[in-house]
Amino acid sequence: MFLNQFLLFAAVLFSIGVYGVLTRRNGVLVLMSIELILNAVNINLIAFAAYNQDLSGQVFALFIIAVAAAEVGVGLAIVLLIYRNRRSIDITEQNALRG
Amino acid sequence: MLGAELVTQTPWIFETVWLIPGIMAASFMLILFFGKRLPQKGAEIGIAAIIAAFALSSFATYTWISEINSGSEAESYEALPAATAPIGFGSAVVEPIAFAGEEGVVRGAPIITEYEWFSVTDPMQESVAAKSSAPAIGIGTWVDGQSIMMLFVVTFISMLVHIYSTEYVSGDRRYTHYFAFLSLFTASMLFMVLSTSTIQLIVGWELVGVCSFALIGHWWEDKPNSDAALKAFLTNRVGDIGLLVGMIILFFAAGNSFSIEKINQMAVLSGEDGGISQGVLLAASLCLMAAVMSKSGQFILHTWLPDAMAGPTPVSALIHAATMVVAGVYMIGRLYPVFWEGLSIYGSNINAMAFIGGLTTVGGGLLAFVQRDIKKVLAYSTVSQLGYMVMALGVGAYTAGMFHLFTHAFFKACLFLGAGSLSHACHHSFDMKKDMGGLRKKMPLTFATFMIGSLALAGLPPLAGFWSKDEILVGAGVWPGTEGNGTYHIPFIFGCITAALTAAYMTRVIWLTFFGKYRGHEEPHESSWRIRMPLVLLAGFATVAGFLNMPSGFVSAVGLPKSWAHKFEDWVEPEGVSTFVSKAQNGFTHAKPSLSLAIVASGLVLISIAVVWTYYKKLFAKDEMATEYTDGFMSRMPLLATGHKILTNKYYLDHLYTDKIAGTTKGSLAKVSYWFNQNVLDAIVNSAGSVSAAAGRALYKHFDQGVIDNAVNSSAGAASSSGGVLRRLQSGQVRQYASLMFGAAVLIAVVFVFALGERG
Repeated sequence: MFLNQFLLFAAVLFSIGVYGVLTRRNGVLVLMSIELILNAVNINLIAFAAYNQDLSGQVFALFIIAVAAAEVGVGLAIVLLIYRNRRSIDITEQNALRG
Repeated sequence: MLGAELVTQTPWIFETVWLIPGIMAASFMLILFFGKRLPQKGAEIGIAAIIAAFALSSFATYTWISEINSGSEAESYEALPAATAPIGFGSAVVEPIAFAGEEGVVRGAPIITEYEWFSVTDPMQESVAAKSSAPAIGIGTWVDGQSIMMLFVVTFISMLVHIYSTEYVSGDRRYTHYFAFLSLFTASMLFMVLSTSTIQLIVGWELVGVCSFALIGHWWEDKPNSDAALKAFLTNRVGDIGLLVGMIILFFAAGNSFSIEKINQMAVLSGEDGGISQGVLLAASLCLMAAVMSKSGQFILHTWLPDAMAGPTPVSALIHAATMVVAGVYMIGRLYPVFWEGLSIYGSNINAMAFIGGLTTVGGGLLAFVQRDIKKVLAYSTVSQLGYMVMALGVGAYTAGMFHLFTHAFFKACLFLGAGSLSHACHHSFDMKKDMGGLRKKMPLTFATFMIGSLALAGLPPLAGFWSKDEILVGAGVWPGTEGNGTYHIPFIFGCITAALTAAYMTRVIWLTFFGKYRGHEEPHESSWRIRMPLVLLAGFATVAGFLNMPSGFVSAVGLPKSWAHKFEDWVEPEGVSTFVSKAQNGFTHAKPSLSLAIVASGLVLISIAVVWTYYKKLFAKDEMATEYTDGFMSRMPLLATGHKILTNKYYLDHLYTDKIAGTTKGSLAKVSYWFNQNVLDAIVNSAGSVSAAAGRALYKHFDQGVIDNAVNSSAGAASSSGGVLRRLQSGQVRQYASLMFGAAVLIAVVFVFALGERG
């Protein structure tokens, strides 16, 4: 088993995700980047599960998929509402909470 | 062996009679909580409940009568030994049977179902003996002829009053409240009627008082109405003190017992035989008599009764016929040994109760003459008839008193509801002189029923009032051949006078309302069926109720079956009352009815009707609109004028109570209280006030300003400045937050790798 390859792939995916979250102004793209981060984690979990011959990692991955679906549901709803109210989904403009 | 046959099993209805007041109490709660939301505003609950209660009561009555009838052949009072005589008042004979293991009761003896309500233990005494002797306060049901009779009367009258009220108070702003209290009123009277312990009796008694207060003051927006309610309540409070004191005396006298059964048993025994001595009984019964006087409107505490007419008319009917005023008479009957022994004038055959009753009956009857308000005439007539009942109980004619209570309920309810029907037609006025007259043709049914009620009240044969009144006069034992329990000349004469007075004032009422010319404005009209139906039923009962207790001589003379004689006596009279052996007296006998007395009494009634009849006939022939001769006897004879003045001022009793007694105490009490208030209470309050004010100022200056405010201000300042620094972090930019989060995650990862990695 080449565990390293999986871990490397996941790390790349994770980094792309983080980059997307930090640089994208489009709200939908930010959400997509978060999905990348989550899936990177999933790959890690499944890789370790296969490596350790332990099913609990795969169960965890299933949970994360479910939670991610819910999170995207809420996130897209928020983006939709923001769009309806402000005619824009640029997250740099959404600074109403500035202290 | 015991002079009475044994029944193997108590009919279930006698152990479940608690359902009857229970239904009414439940109805009260239901109407109170849900009444307003229902289509009929709660009246339907009340009517359904009272019909159920009436059905149960009728069934109980039927069962009781069939029990008595099936055992009447085996009865023989004479066979009873003297020691066990008073079984009707307690289960002196029942108990040995129960101990013998036979589940049976003596026919005619009370069936007592009692539960422990609560018991009073002295916390200072720890010993078991002290705890076991602690007086248990019982609650339960007492079923005997007397309470069965009351169950029937109360539920019957209350049912008709409920139906009548749906029309009479329809559209009232407190319609639901009214029906709720009708239910509670009925429930509390039934609760009292069934009481087995003196505590239960007191509770029922007070509940009845509270309900009457609420219903008399139903239209409390008018000051006279709320005054009348207060007067009724406060006058009753005067008597209630007597009730409490009397019951406390009886509690200790009967060896720490609240049980009516035990009190009655001990009251008939003399002091040497372990009973209660006459002196104690006298004190107790005098106190209880005060309660009877206030509740049952006996002279001189009757003053609240006429004022109670301020309530809605159906309530007056309920108060006068079934629920409130007969409570006192009922209590005398329930504690008869106490009253009978206690109020017997020592060394003679005479009982003082008869004189209170006699005085009331004439005093009330006279007052009825000077009233303009038709309901007040009826109210004084109730006072007078209650006097009759107490008099009957006083002369030892127990059955006659209870029988008069029974018949009076029907014809007096009939009269009150009739008066209500009249006022419903005549613009809600009760003034006979101003707003009535000539209603005979306009309201024929009300006229007919009112006529029957009046004649029954006057005591003309063969209507109900005749039979019961005749028995009371017979019971006085003055008329030759009647052989009562003593010779009561004065009560007998008073009774005869009242018979004539009653006939006279009722004739006056009939003439003023139904004859002559209509004096009110607008056309009166007959009432609807919901008012007419109760009137017809009650008039029917007022006609036939008297036949329940015909003397056996009359029955055989007329040719009726012999078993028709004195049924009421068989059904209601407690077994043993006829062999009741008294300390002061040798025996307790039924007086013998006398035909000549009946003829003379009826003659008196007829004569007085004729006299008043001619007076009004002449008057109306002269002037159709007149209500009295302006140049009549009153203006010509000074003695009569004085008498009239005394009567219109109601013997000055109200004057005495409010101005003299209340006025004097009020003034001096107020002065003393004012001085105490100004000089003692105010001084204390003022000094306490100034001390605390000074302390408060010092505290404010030093502690509050110096310490507390300082601390508060400085902490607020610290929070403000730290907030000023931290707010710059809150840019509102999600990306900035995200990068901070990732940076922190990286930091944590670095820490983990270097701190934990080395160890691993």
